[in-house]
Amino acid sequence: MLSKKEKKLIKEMWERLTPVAEDIGSEALLRMFASYPGTKTYFSHLDISPGSAHLSSHGKKIVLAIAEGAKDISQLTVTLAPLQTLHAYQLRIDPTNFKVLLQVSFVAPLSLSLLQLLSHCMLVTLACYLGSEFTPVAHAAMDKFLSAFAAVLSEKYR
Amino acid sequence: MVAWSDQERSIITSIFSNLDYNDVGPKALIRCLIVYPWTQRYFASFGNLYNADAIKTNPNIQAHGTKILHGLDRAVKNMDDIKTTYAELSVLHSEKLHVDPDNFKLLADCLTIVIAAKMGSGFTPEIQETFQKFLAVVVSALGKQYH
Repeated sequence: MLSKKEKKLIKEMWERLTPVAEDIGSEALLRMFASYPGTKTYFSHLDISPGSAHLSSHGKKIVLAIAEGAKDISQLTVTLAPLQTLHAYQLRIDPTNFKVLLQVSFVAPLSLSLLQLLSHCMLVTLACYLGSEFTPVAHAAMDKFLSAFAAVLSEKYR
Repeated sequence: MVAWSDQERSIITSIFSNLDYNDVGPKALIRCLIVYPWTQRYFASFGNLYNADAIKTNPNIQAHGTKILHGLDRAVKNMDDIKTTYAELSVLHSEKLHVDPDNFKLLADCLTIVIAAKMGSGFTPEIQETFQKFLAVVVSALGKQYH
């Protein structure tokens, strides 16, 4: 459970990180792909090489979604409702014209462990970026928040 | 047997040779006790762990954190047979200390965060991958003698 103090800390931290959403997001993804190559299988429809446009835009999307959730943590289920459906079903992107075609498939939703691995890599990215400012107390609050975020995001899996 | 490339060996030895064990060890243990408070159960005899400040200033935690890093040093110096190097330690953690081996990964993750905060952008994705591979071998070896 996040205390009032922790919610405030999380909100403030993500406000500060929003301007560098692209950098933080793409770095977290790159770290995850490097350490956990199995996670790349969920992004086979994108170009996820370092510096690619897909990586930057996807990284940015992820961080902005997290930052949005951080603005009012007690409302996570409401804020994440649209994303819940998106992540419960397989996404297909037509690479020629970037159109998102929603394909209903029960084959492979983004795995729960992928969300945990990305959370871990997000924490590492924040540690590199914030240095000593990423105190144990901030780390604890962030870890709790990202766990809650992942749990709500995966609520529609079954 | 775990295979290490020359580059991986050099990354690990380089990281550890640039560490102050008296600083990083305690930092990692303190972080673990704060981020994963249930790990405090193994340190009941260490005195006051009631809040973050108490944990940060506890001299027993300080000493133990340093001890842990020196323990890791033995793995750095014996990368080709970490399993044998840690056999006794594994027995100790299982039979005497009764530590749930799931907790080794938690401490390993906290150490990764401490190193990341220290090295900043120098802790590249590739270096992170190698460091985590090393810690995974350590964690596995420490759990090997649990029966």
